Amino acid sequence: MTRIDFVSRRGFLETVFSAGALVIGAQILPDEARADGTAAPAWQPTVYLGLEPDGRVIVTAHRSEMGTGIRTALPMVLADELDVDWNRVRIEQAIGDRKYGDQNTDGSTSIRSFYEAMRQSGATARLMLERAAAAKWRVPASECLARNEQVAHAASGRKASYGELVSLAAKLPIPKKEELKYKSPSEFKYIGKGLPITDQPGIVSGTAVFGLDARVPNMVYASIEHPPVFGGKVKSVDDTEARQVRGVQQTLQIPPFKPPYAFQPLGGVAVVADNTWAAMQGRKRLKVNWELGPNTAYDSASYKRILFETVRKPQKVARNVGDVDAEFAKGGRIHEAEYYAPMLAHAPMEPVNAVAEFKNGKVTAWAPTQNPQAVQDTVAKALGIKNEDVTCHVTLLGGAFGRKSKPDYVAEAALLSRQVGKPVKVVWSREDDMQFDFYHAVAAMYVKAAVDAKGRPTAWLQRCAFPPIESQNDVAARFGGFEQGMGWSDVPFDIPNHRAENGPAEAHVRIGWLRSVANIYHAFAVQSFADELATAANRDRVEYLLDLVGKPRKLDVQSIPLNTPGYGFDTGRLRNVIEKVAEQSGWAKKKSRPGHGYGIAVHRSFQTYVAAVVEVEIDPKGTVRIPRVDYAVDTGLVVHPDRVRSQFEGAAVFGTSLALMGEITAQAGRIQQTNYHNYPVARISEAPRDVHVQLIQNDAPPAGVGEPGVPPIAPALCNAIFAATGKRIRELPIKKTKLV
Amino acid sequence: MIELKVNGASHRFDGDPDMPLLWYLRDLLALTGTKYGCGMGLCGSCTVHVNGGAARSCVTSMKDAAGKNITTIEGLDTNHQHPVQVAWEKVNVAQCGYCQAGQIMQAAALLVRKPKPTDRDIDEAMEGNICRCGTYSRIRQAIKMAAGVKA
Ligand code: FES
Ligand code: FES
Repeated sequence: MTRIDFVSRRGFLETVFSAGALVIGAQILPDEARADGTAAPAWQPTVYLGLEPDGRVIVTAHRSEMGTGIRTALPMVLADELDVDWNRVRIEQAIGDRKYGDQNTDGSTSIRSFYEAMRQSGATARLMLERAAAAKWRVPASECLARNEQVAHAASGRKASYGELVSLAAKLPIPKKEELKYKSPSEFKYIGKGLPITDQPGIVSGTAVFGLDARVPNMVYASIEHPPVFGGKVKSVDDTEARQVRGVQQTLQIPPFKPPYAFQPLGGVAVVADNTWAAMQGRKRLKVNWELGPNTAYDSASYKRILFETVRKPQKVARNVGDVDAEFAKGGRIHEAEYYAPMLAHAPMEPVNAVAEFKNGKVTAWAPTQNPQAVQDTVAKALGIKNEDVTCHVTLLGGAFGRKSKPDYVAEAALLSRQVGKPVKVVWSREDDMQFDFYHAVAAMYVKAAVDAKGRPTAWLQRCAFPPIESQNDVAARFGGFEQGMGWSDVPFDIPNHRAENGPAEAHVRIGWLRSVANIYHAFAVQSFADELATAANRDRVEYLLDLVGKPRKLDVQSIPLNTPGYGFDTGRLRNVIEKVAEQSGWAKKKSRPGHGYGIAVHRSFQTYVAAVVEVEIDPKGTVRIPRVDYAVDTGLVVHPDRVRSQFEGAAVFGTSLALMGEITAQAGRIQQTNYHNYPVARISEAPRDVHVQLIQNDAPPAGVGEPGVPPIAPALCNAIFAATGKRIRELPIKKTKLV
Repeated sequence: MIELKVNGASHRFDGDPDMPLLWYLRDLLALTGTKYGCGMGLCGSCTVHVNGGAARSCVTSMKDAAGKNITTIEGLDTNHQHPVQVAWEKVNVAQCGYCQAGQIMQAAALLVRKPKPTDRDIDEAMEGNICRCGTYSRIRQAIKMAAGVKA
């Protein structure tokens, strides 16, 4: 991955509206040769759509399914615009191929970037079918109407099914974008209503194929011992005992990465065996002598001190309004607080894994990947072959949360297959997953405010420091890049003097984006501090938050990095979600009492406005239970309401896990957590019992859904705990604080 | 030689008797519906029925499975229409779906023991099954639907 590729991953998608829209003009036309070798359908008006003379409709899902329902939602949009019955639609998962546009299923962008492309695809085919019918009947195309899988000519009463018109339509020129006519929202059959996800039957019967379930003939299994400290190398290996384990075939080395680490494999020693168990057993018998490398001094306790020292001093300015220093110099009432949020691991239920076969200089891979084009790039680079000589089939993903957009594990399988001469399945154990992740960064934040007689800030200063994701591509990276636009430089409060700063921090492990990324720690600090100020002012939290946000206005998007043109930041929408969530949760009537509290937080991320109220119960032993979470969500146009709701239900649980119990630490460069017993995630009794999601209807363009439900949960939960116990949590996870 | 029944069919195994049932099912029988999540009995992804009761196949060795009747998600119901499966589809429980075979097997075993489970029964029975996507509220709803108890 080059630096430019990385920027395009987020920066480009966030700054230029719709990668899909850009793609479509140039690339929506089909390629004659299908890279996956399957027979092309009779007619392919666009890369996302094929039609057969028997009326079957084949829709290509080019984004990865990891639980959002996108494999259903995008094809559903196309089917609706084309006006075909869903039962006729067969969904085909795309291989990695740039002709589909961006396939990196990440940054909550799938609907944002491809809603228009899907509609355009459907409308293109529909118009061509109308034109085909017009030509057949020798009538003006404007008199032919395609609906319900058939084209009708009202004046003559003639009708033809789509299937009958396929061969004629296939000969017509592709219409220009300006000629297309779209359905009006009142004509939608599926958009805004939703359908059961296409993979549901396979999931409940155990037949759905996840990456770990992929099998190819003659495949062997590999388990890899990675360097225990990031940046380490193999000095020597004694594999004598490993090779004696029943089922073990051989051991092989994978070379260490060359900095910057990007998506390269970490290196190490692989044990290749007849089955997964044998490979894992063989690995236990390996004797590896490591050169531990440059990161053995990495220790979470001392690193935390360094981060706090950094945020206590002036740092690089990310955004400045007015003059906070002058305001602070006036004296008056000052509040200060420091916050800390630890490293996190993704821990998707399916650890990363991949099958790859190297044959005749080419690689075919089957992988649970969020980003099959990055698989092509990464594998090609690792093996020194051409990008187009890598074919990546995308399986279902057993969760991902950002981890599976980084295809180091696919490159491992490809490298091993070339050496073994057979297809190799690489399986990471849960321990591998937790110890060698691309971690969500640890962060420290400092916030200071001067307040007036009503407790309203007249000046607000905020500083943060965290090892940046850019360290993937630049060994010298110390400052936050796009992370700053995630709830830091875009804090929407109406304060005359406001400065956001960011200090340097060095990465000693791989850093990566995790569901909602930097919004997690930024929202935690900002929304906790707002609650602290409201407490000091003895004001109602909802009223106080609304006052902080101020009058409805459009924030100057120029000053806020990564704001997508066409979206902007409308504080009226932010106010609205606060008011709506207060109403839905019955905020005005809910009174916190010892052991039982309510907390609120609001945060906009991925262009979506979200407010959450969390209700918490703390028993005399200090056990935290969450009977209820209320969300009010303004995500613009909603394509699939049930899947949007389910994403927020899930985000409430994900947010609960990281707030209550999630923490990854390092000692002497080694990650100390190994499995779900020492890196717990919320279980059924710990998760919020009822999650109520209110989707606010409007015509704004569709915004992100997978991630924006996460950031408000930790601060709302901590604010609720404060209301119930008087204990202010400034350090996550909450389990480190004794609540009673 | 270890003999066991999987989804009604007899099988013989002469490999490593310490191999967990999970890997035997997945790698040797190609019954990949049963998932690996932790290998330590911590997550429930690998839940199957051993003689009718829920068990973690990742910590059940082949020697412990000898002579037993194993049911996996593929064999829970011939038409995949077990009441729990039907309810799961109606409620659209799954997000990524990876944990769901284990959740369904666990829930089906619960309903055998407790046909009308309370919230507390559900918490206790399902506590060992992690869903990282966070589908717990729908899991609860679907179990109640399958049991015909009020949500
Ligand atoms: S894989 Fe068996 S309990 Fe997790
Ligand atoms: S549905 Fe994804 S882990 Fe449960």
